[in-house]
Amino acid sequence: MEPSNEDYKLIPGWGMDADPENEPTYPMKKYTGDDHNRIHYERSDQQPELVEILRSNERPAITRVFGTSVPPSGFSGMIRRYAFQHSEDRYRHWIPLILADRINMLEGLIEDFKKGQIPNIIKERGLAVEWKHNRAGLIRKAVAVTLASLVLVSLFKRKK
Amino acid sequence: MLAMNYRGPYRVRAVQKPVPEILHPEDAIIRVTRTCICGSDLHLYHGMVPDTRVGSTFGHEFTGIVEEIGPLVQKLKIGDQVLVPFNIACGKCNFCKQGLFGNCHESNPMATAVGGIFGYSHTAGGFDGGQAEYVRVPYADVGPTVIPAEMDPDDAVLLTDVVPTGYQAAEMGGIKEGDTVVIFGAGPIGIMAARCAWFFGPSRVIIIDHIDYRLEFAKNYAKCEAYNFKEMEDPVVFLKKTTDWYGADVCIDCVGCEAEGNTLQTFSGRVTLLQAGAATALQWAINSVKKGGIVSVVGVYGPPFNLVPFGNIVNKGITIRANQTSVKRLLPKLIDHVMSGRLDPKGLITHRIPLEEVSEAYRLFSSKLDNCIKTVLIPSAKH
Ligand SMILES: NC(=O)c1ccc[n+]([C@@H]2O[C@H](COP(=O)([O-])OP(=O)(O)OC[C@H]3O[C@@H](n4cnc5c(N)ncnc54)[C@H](O)[C@@H]3O)[C@@H](O)[C@H]2O)c1
Ligand SMILES: [Zn+2]
Ligand SMILES: [Zn+2]
Repeated sequence: MEPSNEDYKLIPGWGMDADPENEPTYPMKKYTGDDHNRIHYERSDQQPELVEILRSNERPAITRVFGTSVPPSGFSGMIRRYAFQHSEDRYRHWIPLILADRINMLEGLIEDFKKGQIPNIIKERGLAVEWKHNRAGLIRKAVAVTLASLVLVSLFKRKK
Repeated sequence: MLAMNYRGPYRVRAVQKPVPEILHPEDAIIRVTRTCICGSDLHLYHGMVPDTRVGSTFGHEFTGIVEEIGPLVQKLKIGDQVLVPFNIACGKCNFCKQGLFGNCHESNPMATAVGGIFGYSHTAGGFDGGQAEYVRVPYADVGPTVIPAEMDPDDAVLLTDVVPTGYQAAEMGGIKEGDTVVIFGAGPIGIMAARCAWFFGPSRVIIIDHIDYRLEFAKNYAKCEAYNFKEMEDPVVFLKKTTDWYGADVCIDCVGCEAEGNTLQTFSGRVTLLQAGAATALQWAINSVKKGGIVSVVGVYGPPFNLVPFGNIVNKGITIRANQTSVKRLLPKLIDHVMSGRLDPKGLITHRIPLEEVSEAYRLFSSKLDNCIKTVLIPSAKH
């Protein structure tokens, strides 16, 4: 917003030392002064909103284009909707989103099973290339994971 | 069509998906001919970027052939071979108008801190990416650039991100003739930054990493000095000493949020996610640069914050310069550097893998196996 009067220009020395060369963003930014027009610039047409789009509460309206790749759904979608009630400044925006991502992974597995498709996790993790180029490392890791799980199982049994 | 599909951390697969459609009059649909895996994709692959939804397709470095255009597209025609900058930019907002094409205000409703990026989570706009046979490209008159007829297609695909990012990393360093420049990270970005640093006239370019084959590659490709930080007791002291106990003139972070080398940073940033990744390289950059020096950052950090020695930035009077690369701004100059033979982007490519084997391709790059520097995915046997 432009201030309604320009009295500030009467402040002694106003603008005296302004130096257009003092611009650390050069040459990244070609300073035009347009920044002072804020969000009042010419825009493209609006992409129709055909799926649910969550949006940052730090802007008044949706952007003219946006991705429609995976609309929020299921339990993870509920968490994402909650997250978007809070600004990008807040942990309560980002932490729920990470939580939603992890839940979404489980939803992905369930979705696979529902389709009668057993996900080939070994293939998805690309372990074939580890086997080919880093066999010793892969075996070391497998042994470590097996040992750790055996210890956990035995601890669990003893508690019972 | 065939497309890469994210299933959760460290799990991706190739699936059949519907071909994307025009959703906006300025869209184009591109048939992808080449697409790369980037260090930035690894942050998604490792589950480090919030709002990375299962089922999405990654890929922000791609070239292709224009297959279909929306009614308002004027500069492109069907059949054009194009390279597509990774940023989605409207060309009209104040940021685009001032050359900040990586900071467009009309391409990402999900966050205001970052512009739209192809295939880079919903935090960057929720666009499906180019690791697929086809991709929707918004604002098709702004980003996509027709590939010069004489240009090698492998060079073209690296102009979508790696070359401009390496160049901008060096450019933001404000390098002066005779300077000593230190680059952290010998991945494709760091290696390209080291190569591009020479355009600005330094007397020494030093690259730091802990993977020997990458250091060796960097030394040959970028004609720079290369050192392994695992062999140093303290990288900051090493760099002070090698600059006559003065500090480097310019330090450049080409590592980002998955840095190694500092237990506290790793634990808080990568194991527990209490900060947005480990800021080890950035910390080293701040502490190794001279007083009044410049730190340039292209390494990617997630939201919301990272632990860096800010007091030292103040006390040493350091200038920090950082951004997502404005690919479009730099293309004319970089196309010239490539066409004149001064830059050899395709020299970074070590692997070429069909899109069907995307799971293996990600693993290979993520685990730095088989001396991998840069991987190109080929979506279909036709090209
Ligand atoms: N700003 C942008 O526009 C932009 C564009 C592209 C990539 N990037 C970012 O640049 C970074 C590098 O990308 P890349 O493709 O080269 O990735 P990469 O994973 O191939 O390379 C990163 C390198 O850093 C090394 N490393 C780890 N910890 C280190 C440390 N403490 N000091 C020095 N080196 C260390 C790794 O061993 C690796 O070789 C990523 O964060 C990526 O997201 C930013
Ligand atoms: Zn990239
Ligand atoms: Zn814009």
